[in-house]
Amino acid sequence: MLLIPCPYCGEREETEFHHGGEAHIERPQDPDALSDAEWANYIFMRTNPKGLFHERWVHAAGCRRWFNMARNTATNAIIGTYKIGEKPPKGAR
Amino acid sequence: MSQINRLAHGGRIDRSKPLHFTFNGQAMRGYAGDTLASALIANGVRLVGRSFKYHRPRGIMAAGAEEANALVQLESGRRTLANQQATRIELYEGLSATSINCWPGPNFDLMAVNSWFHRLMPAGFYYKTFMWPAAAWKYYEHFIRRAAGLGVSPKLPDPDQYDQMNVHCDVLVVGGGAAGLAAALAAGRTGARVILADEQAELGGQLLGEQAEINGKPASHWLAAGESELAGLADVTVLKRTTVFGYYDHNFAGMLETRTAKLPNGGATTRQRLWHVRAKRVVIAAGALERPLIFSDNDRPGVMLAGAVRTYLNRYGVRAGSNAVVFTNNDDAYRTAIALKDAGVKGVCVIDTRLAPHGELPTQALQAGIAVIDNSTITGVTGKRRVQSVEVMTLNADASGVIGPARTFPCDLVATSGGWNPVIHLHSHAGGKATFDEARGLFIAADTLQASACIGAANGEFQLNDCLKDGFRAGRDAAAKAGFKKASRRKLPTAAVVDEAPARIIWALPTTKPIGQRGKHFLDLQHDVTVADVQLAAREGYRSVEHTKRYTTLGMATDQGKTGNIPGMAVLAQALGVANPGDVGTTTFRPPYTPVTLGAFAGRNVGPLADPVRMTPMHHWHELAGCKWEDVGQWKRPWYYPKDGESMADAVNRECLAARNAVALLDASTLGKIDIQGPDAAEFLNRIYTNAWSGLAIGRCRYGLMLKEDGMVFDDGVTTRLGENHFLMTTTTGNAAAVLGWLEEWLQTEWPELKVYCNSVTEAWATLTLCGPNARHLLAEFTDDMDLSADAFPFMSMQEGTVGDIPARVFRISFTGESSFEVNVPASYGLALWTQLFNAGEKYGLTPYGTEAMHVLRAEKGYIIVGQETDGTVIPQDLGMQWILSKKKDFLGRRSFARPDSARGDRKQLVGLLTGDPDMVLEEGAQIVAENRNNPPIPMIGHVTSSYYSANLGRSIALALVSSGRDRVGDTVYIPMPGKVISAEVTTPVFIDPQGERLHG
Repeated sequence: MLLIPCPYCGEREETEFHHGGEAHIERPQDPDALSDAEWANYIFMRTNPKGLFHERWVHAAGCRRWFNMARNTATNAIIGTYKIGEKPPKGAR
Repeated sequence: MSQINRLAHGGRIDRSKPLHFTFNGQAMRGYAGDTLASALIANGVRLVGRSFKYHRPRGIMAAGAEEANALVQLESGRRTLANQQATRIELYEGLSATSINCWPGPNFDLMAVNSWFHRLMPAGFYYKTFMWPAAAWKYYEHFIRRAAGLGVSPKLPDPDQYDQMNVHCDVLVVGGGAAGLAAALAAGRTGARVILADEQAELGGQLLGEQAEINGKPASHWLAAGESELAGLADVTVLKRTTVFGYYDHNFAGMLETRTAKLPNGGATTRQRLWHVRAKRVVIAAGALERPLIFSDNDRPGVMLAGAVRTYLNRYGVRAGSNAVVFTNNDDAYRTAIALKDAGVKGVCVIDTRLAPHGELPTQALQAGIAVIDNSTITGVTGKRRVQSVEVMTLNADASGVIGPARTFPCDLVATSGGWNPVIHLHSHAGGKATFDEARGLFIAADTLQASACIGAANGEFQLNDCLKDGFRAGRDAAAKAGFKKASRRKLPTAAVVDEAPARIIWALPTTKPIGQRGKHFLDLQHDVTVADVQLAAREGYRSVEHTKRYTTLGMATDQGKTGNIPGMAVLAQALGVANPGDVGTTTFRPPYTPVTLGAFAGRNVGPLADPVRMTPMHHWHELAGCKWEDVGQWKRPWYYPKDGESMADAVNRECLAARNAVALLDASTLGKIDIQGPDAAEFLNRIYTNAWSGLAIGRCRYGLMLKEDGMVFDDGVTTRLGENHFLMTTTTGNAAAVLGWLEEWLQTEWPELKVYCNSVTEAWATLTLCGPNARHLLAEFTDDMDLSADAFPFMSMQEGTVGDIPARVFRISFTGESSFEVNVPASYGLALWTQLFNAGEKYGLTPYGTEAMHVLRAEKGYIIVGQETDGTVIPQDLGMQWILSKKKDFLGRRSFARPDSARGDRKQLVGLLTGDPDMVLEEGAQIVAENRNNPPIPMIGHVTSSYYSANLGRSIALALVSSGRDRVGDTVYIPMPGKVISAEVTTPVFIDPQGERLHG
């Protein structure tokens, strides 16, 4: 079970959080400018890397804030967490 | 029975405390300090059960968690425990245990006929035999499940209680043997918070079964002093009878503590505790497990692990036999031979696969007069229910076969040792890798992903002196890494170093015929997997150790292959022609290390505490009214209110008629209510909902549909503008939490620039929905500050005022198509208002109605329920709701409507169905076809989503999703059901008041 450093609350057990999928997928400003394939790519397609992965989490049973996490999917090592709108920490870019 | 195998002296048992127990109904005696296994051996019990597949007689083969054979059913009735290892059950007064997997008993077992047909039951037997034809599996399964057996689970709820503990510590030490105790002492002395967990009732691990000395005195002195020192350290917790069963990410460990010797009904205390431990550092000193030598018929009762035989002698004062042969490939087993000889066991001799063993221990054995037969192997065992003799022959040059002549050694005990495997299970649970030490034939923990270290025997370190050194070093090191540095230097304890010669690794020992043709070489005793099975799997093309495991079931029994897996993998490597078993690798070690009672995982969260129950403020009234309940998520909602003798249909019909002809009252408090405030609230709703919200007047309500980005319907509800920057959103009961989460997600991650706050107020309000032509008259008696006329209070508007002197928000919205008033009052007033309404309502025919009537009434109007008419593949157009999709703004999901799939002409669309027989109520979920026949395959064109009997219409109605449904209005479709085909006409989905006159009246 992960020990997740919430950027607002500090380290908490994974059971307090919900996973929110891959991070840094922006909603297109003008959806109509996208082809069907591009729109489908935005909605459905996600990367699934072995290694460094940026993902969203929400502290659902805590402060209810969303944040981002850089995690190594092979080892589950957490490189860092950072607030929405911030850049990933050094070593996690 | 008397304790014929009990020694007069020695061991750690207390001969002054006799204990009575029964095994298979037979009364026996043992002593405090015994396990069930040691007591059984003391009483001369050899045969404890039958094997899983062949039902071969089996006896106790180990002394700890690796035991594969001696599984028992412990106690009976509500507290019975299945598949318990006799080696891990502490004896207590009155214990009662029975054999499993045999009928009528272990001495005469009817299923033993399986062993006559063993040639017909090769590896993958079940896959090969019972999978074709697929439809026949349901006939085979019953037979196989009954034949396979193992223990029986209790039929009644467990009466005992279980606790759960959540703790943090600096250093968790797993295992209280020499290395673990040393590590706990070293870490504890620094002031670190230490937990030492050991699976046994006493600290000491393997030391308890050895005649070892530390600092020149018996090791028990050092153990006692160490334990006493730990007890004096305030921040050290010692947990005995506690197994660390799993090790997970970020140094999280699961431990199962059994709180008393008496496992079932532990007296006044809880039976077990499940510990969740988050440690800064973990020291794994879990020891090592001996592996057997794999020879022909190595499963016979009386063939035991050499270390276990020694433990029974030294720890329990029990001789496992009276005439013993020790069979080994290493020096360690000579300790067993010497101990047996010292205990007066006759004819002790050692069969050694090595040529001229010359180490310190073999030399001692020879000096003690023990015969050593070198370069030899056991080629056969006689005696089915008890070993009677072994046949021994000399190995040929490359150990691929044997050369004569055969010698026979009469014996009733064969103590075998193929070397020791470090217990790297926990290390592997948490993602640690293992490397194969070819010289010693064992897997050693390599890279770990955690802040952990394997030490002592768990790291392949088998010298006591080195285990002590390793333990103190690791304990200091772990404490230092956790931030604790200060500890006074002390002289480390020492033990004599014994020079041990290398082992000779021969994974499957030859006999006079090719393997499989004379007796059976068992790898996995519990699942009856043999060397021949693994070799067959390799011949049939299995290459991966994971696949071979599943095909042969090697290591898949309750013992998880603690003794057989490593030899099994090595045999597979040989069969595949791979020189280094490390290249074949191990199967994945998975938690739990030993079985964990399900009750421990449940803890106190059972019965009424299993899941929270949510009750509305009017719950008590409903209960007194005798309603039947419907569970909606965690909510209890009144389903219907049967009067004396009424059936469900009678009650629902009566409620439905009252709602359209008089007045009826629904408890709608469970609907999700989200308070949305902020200057950008209207803009936020524009993006979330499909329709426009900026222009909504204050005090007006609007129905909204929420979509996911793929365009599929996610939720619906009515939202009301309470002020310029203030809205109240309602959601479906089941989706309330998900919708709040959805709003927060978009606000925080995508639109942080919007100034909007959302807050759940579901439980702050009681919602009373008055529905029907008399609703206005009844409500008028309770308010004098609101004009309830249709002109002053039109449909889809809201007024604030008082109802029965209670501050209230009244909404003119409707889920039934009748003129309705949803009265919201603060939750604490809900029951008072509800009661007042009923006190005054009789003259208007006021009737309480439940969720079933609500569902019927809304279906009469063709109103959808999200999750019933929709299933995550339905877009608004399918529901005929194009009107709610704004063309002037973007909203979540809009772009997806431009995808070709959304424009498909054959999409399933919402329609009504009227059956030819008006009394025929279709089954919800029934499939719809276009052809009048009942012999599949028939192309399906849709399914029934809602179906009821409508008392207001005097006939059945149904809603359905049907391909191109709107084009089929007027057509007849068919619903094939078992034994009949039902015909129905496709209609529009609105059955009552299509003009909405009742609604607006």
